[in-house]
Amino acid sequence: MSFLDRSHTIAGPGFSRWLVPPAALCVHLCIGQAYAFSVFNLPMTKLLGISKSAPDDWQLTDLGWIFSIAIFFLGVSSAVFGRWVEEGGPRRAMFTAALCWAGGFLISAFGVYIHTLWVIYVGYGFIGGIALGIGYISPVSTLIKWFPDRPGMATGMAIMGFGGGAFIASPLSVWLMGLFTTPTHVGVAETFIVLGVVYFFFMIVGSIIVRVPPDGWLPAGYTPPAESAKLITRHDVFVYDALKTPQFWLIWWILCLNVTAGIGVLGQASAMSQEMFPGHITAVAASGFVGLMSLFNMGGRFFWASTSDYIGRKNTYFVFMVLGFILYCTVPYTGSIGSVAAFVLCFLVIISMYGGGFATVPAYLKDMFGTRYVGAIHGLLLTAWSMAGIFGPVLVNYIRAYNVAHGVPKAQAYNSTMYIMAGLLVIGFFCNLAVTAVNSRFHMKEGDARGNDPALRPAGARA
Amino acid sequence: MNAANQQGLPAETVVKLVLAWAFVGIPLLVGVGFTLYNAMKLFQ
Repeated sequence: MSFLDRSHTIAGPGFSRWLVPPAALCVHLCIGQAYAFSVFNLPMTKLLGISKSAPDDWQLTDLGWIFSIAIFFLGVSSAVFGRWVEEGGPRRAMFTAALCWAGGFLISAFGVYIHTLWVIYVGYGFIGGIALGIGYISPVSTLIKWFPDRPGMATGMAIMGFGGGAFIASPLSVWLMGLFTTPTHVGVAETFIVLGVVYFFFMIVGSIIVRVPPDGWLPAGYTPPAESAKLITRHDVFVYDALKTPQFWLIWWILCLNVTAGIGVLGQASAMSQEMFPGHITAVAASGFVGLMSLFNMGGRFFWASTSDYIGRKNTYFVFMVLGFILYCTVPYTGSIGSVAAFVLCFLVIISMYGGGFATVPAYLKDMFGTRYVGAIHGLLLTAWSMAGIFGPVLVNYIRAYNVAHGVPKAQAYNSTMYIMAGLLVIGFFCNLAVTAVNSRFHMKEGDARGNDPALRPAGARA
Repeated sequence: MNAANQQGLPAETVVKLVLAWAFVGIPLLVGVGFTLYNAMKLFQ
């Protein structure tokens, strides 16, 4: 399996760096399926009853754990395997992610076949979750090394794929289930098998295409700045030393707060829009609204990450915090004046910044901690996502339920949540304000035994 | 190695670029098309 080694992935003459983003997209578009897993929930409650749920069929609440376990292990595996991904190279990581992702689907198909839910928890939740974590971080540092002139745009393109994966998976899964479903059988297991095989093929193609830049490679016409900008280091910080810096934890909180503010409304957008505008937004229109939000979530990842290359990472997050604060405070007003257009516009911009927060953070880490361990540090940072995945929905759901129980009209039940989200962004603003350059005592020195693999050194530093 | 070789790409590389981007771009565009079609319900 030596073809998986980093040394076998060094680009030869004539290789175009523009082949690396599609390689990354091959992986991210596949693992982005996780956002569309809910299309299986309802069919999986009727595996025995077929037309309606039988007493022994699985409940929606039990099925909801599949996605939660997968996202939990995304955070855990990206943190645990980050250094291995960084040192083993992108091809090995992508190949491993492909094996785990396809394996997760095949094991889950078996779980559906024998109608045993814990097998699906292990298959899609645990093994698939590991694939999510490894696959998510696998192309990050490679892209940053290929695009030292546009790191935000490069990682934005890949992470955009994670947001876009659901667009492919959702209609494909519905179509496949329709194909395999008969009057006496729900075709979930067969759909899992086909998806597993198709995703494996796609991800393997990505792992074959991907290359790391050779020693000293720099893009045409690009000269690294002679002096570092105030917040862009030319030094590297060892992965575990990054945890000792206040900058890591400030960025951890910035990501956590930005994602908390977005993830809560993303999950509840359909119900929220219908309850805030009863009679104006129907269930059908609400599903259209959710689709539009997904598009802005994906587009925001590319737009904001690319913008950060021009205005700087810190300023980009200032925009997220300030604009987000204004928009969250405006949402209750749009409800009170009954303006659906203003409501939709507010949430589309908010959700674009939610995606933008994910996509811009690898470049922010690269600016702070250098290129050598940015993938591994990014992996550790993704634990903020797991935390936000709990905070966001809890804030929205429980506060709404509390308000409704205390007699607040449903149309206004989300108002206090919006102000709390705005408050979270104020905290995020001050965290971002506190970010300064990393103290030089954390910089790796020449000959540091922990990072003596020359392949891991940033291209420019090897010139 | 300088990336001057990024300019004037050989035909083989151009073909690879087109194939690679089509490989990921076509499914994504189809998916986005489906989503946009459904999103139009918001304006009906």
